[in-house]
Amino acid sequence: MKHYSQLSPEQRRAKLYSIFSCVVICLIAFTFLFPLYWIITGSFKTKTEILSSTPVWVPSEWVMTNYENLMSKRTAPLFDFSLFGYTITGPTIPGAIRWLLNTVVMSVSSMLLTCLTAAMAGYALAKKRFYGRTILFSLIVCAMALPKQVILIPLVREMSALNLYDTIWSVIIPIVGWPFGVFLLKQFAEGIPTEMVEACRIDGASEWRTFTDVMFPMIKPGVGACAIFTFINSWNDYFMQLIMLMSTKELTISVGIATMQGENSTDFGILMAGSALASIPIIIVFLIFQKYFTKGITMGAVKG
Amino acid sequence: MVKTPVQYNKKQRRLVMQENVAAYAFLLPFLIFFVGFVLYPMFMCVYTSFFDATMGREDIFVGLKNYQDLFQDEVFWIALRNTLVIVVVSVPITCIFSLWVASAISKMPVAATSAFRCIFYLPVVTGSVAVTMVWKWMFNNYYGIFNYLGKDVLGILDKNINWLGDEKYALWCIILILLTTSVGQPIVLYVSALDNVDKSLVEAAEVDGATPKQAFWKIKWPQMMPTTLYILVITTINSFQCFALIQLLTSGGPKNSTMTIMYYIYYSAFKLYKYGYGNAMGVILAIIIAILSAIQFKAGQEK
Repeated sequence: MKHYSQLSPEQRRAKLYSIFSCVVICLIAFTFLFPLYWIITGSFKTKTEILSSTPVWVPSEWVMTNYENLMSKRTAPLFDFSLFGYTITGPTIPGAIRWLLNTVVMSVSSMLLTCLTAAMAGYALAKKRFYGRTILFSLIVCAMALPKQVILIPLVREMSALNLYDTIWSVIIPIVGWPFGVFLLKQFAEGIPTEMVEACRIDGASEWRTFTDVMFPMIKPGVGACAIFTFINSWNDYFMQLIMLMSTKELTISVGIATMQGENSTDFGILMAGSALASIPIIIVFLIFQKYFTKGITMGAVKG
Repeated sequence: MVKTPVQYNKKQRRLVMQENVAAYAFLLPFLIFFVGFVLYPMFMCVYTSFFDATMGREDIFVGLKNYQDLFQDEVFWIALRNTLVIVVVSVPITCIFSLWVASAISKMPVAATSAFRCIFYLPVVTGSVAVTMVWKWMFNNYYGIFNYLGKDVLGILDKNINWLGDEKYALWCIILILLTTSVGQPIVLYVSALDNVDKSLVEAAEVDGATPKQAFWKIKWPQMMPTTLYILVITTINSFQCFALIQLLTSGGPKNSTMTIMYYIYYSAFKLYKYGYGNAMGVILAIIIAILSAIQFKAGQEK
């Protein structure tokens, strides 16, 4: 390391610039973190602290009233389904808990279904030669470039025709059909040498065994990326959940909080408690799996 | 000797058939979802846009009437203008900002790079509803932090501003929030693109006496062109689709000053139940996005 005074003016300017940009980025990063801080602290503040015109930076006492209010506002059964014409209803629990459960069930099923269908389709697109391959692939790319929301009106009508409207499936199915996962896993599968697949076939393995025992283990990092990507995106896919789900017991946490906002628009305590409930689990998942997630984003872009 | 090629052809044909059957068997589960719930709705979107469609009755064919109405609808033009303002302002800022952040943080130690990458991605992960709720509070007329900062700390404002209720500011507030939720992905992409730049080229340039600035613009930037192109396209699409912020914060108001195409589609279809009209707007939106993406691709390829 040379001393500052030994640097040429050019280098000095570069050094100053990098210090300057570092400071500015730290400041901006702070403002990016602030909303999250405000959600968490806000959810524990008393009503007077929330409604004070001078912001209270740190709650003087941490109270649970906002969470209690959130839990008591709406109720829903823990589960309910019909069997042979009888409707079986579970014990009544706070609506917010049911919403959270719905969201978890919805995200996990979308994730599993997407990974399975996308891994199979990605393998076929990358390694198989079949009629219509080019057309199918260009359809997939076109579908990805178009705004997803444009198809929502026909989807709602289709779902009502299929009697799936206002059920969790109406949200899951379109997510599984969305071709991003296929695109991503095709990229991964293309990186696997074709000789591996051929050797396996020559050794007498069936098509399915070739896929499960050779292909799948090798594209696992890609499947991981696809899984975490689908999980986070379906958790946060607010627009689709908003138009597909109606009744209190079917809502997801995002839509649930948004409906509450309509009724208690300035009770920020309750809204912050709900926001914390909706965002903390997904942030934790993101932080644990962020390596896979980053990989998914970048792999999907390579040939985008 | 004459027979052999024929037999061979037969066998070959059977193998081709087998390969096709296997390929479609693997594709089938995905195709059911893709054709049934992506392609079919896309087709229906175009098809229904020629009908007067609403709840609880048969659709009536009206030809191009929905499109004619659309072009005479004042709100549609306001929505189109606002959408374009959002795109024109947010896309360049997002791209430049994320390029700058990425190039600065990629020079830092690995731990710092991934920490910053995480922080800038957080607003995306937090989810649009939670993010919107907290910004709504921060923008609030009486209890919001912005009025406090502006009036009591910095002294710029002489009275509280109703940020989201004032047509002068509402759209800009939306754009500000949109920016915080849209820079995450481009930063991740740029950081990895900068990582993948051919290091030997950069070193060679530095040996030849190139300044860091020259090394960046002459060596790294051209190599990152595909990434930039991809970022331009996805950011444009995302800005066009900005919906949750508007639905939860302003519902298109005040006086349509934050009305966007996406929100107007939602409003026409699910508040007024004019499905055909909403679909016609969807078709127009898709066409605009397709044209813009094509232009961006062309421009990117020429470079």
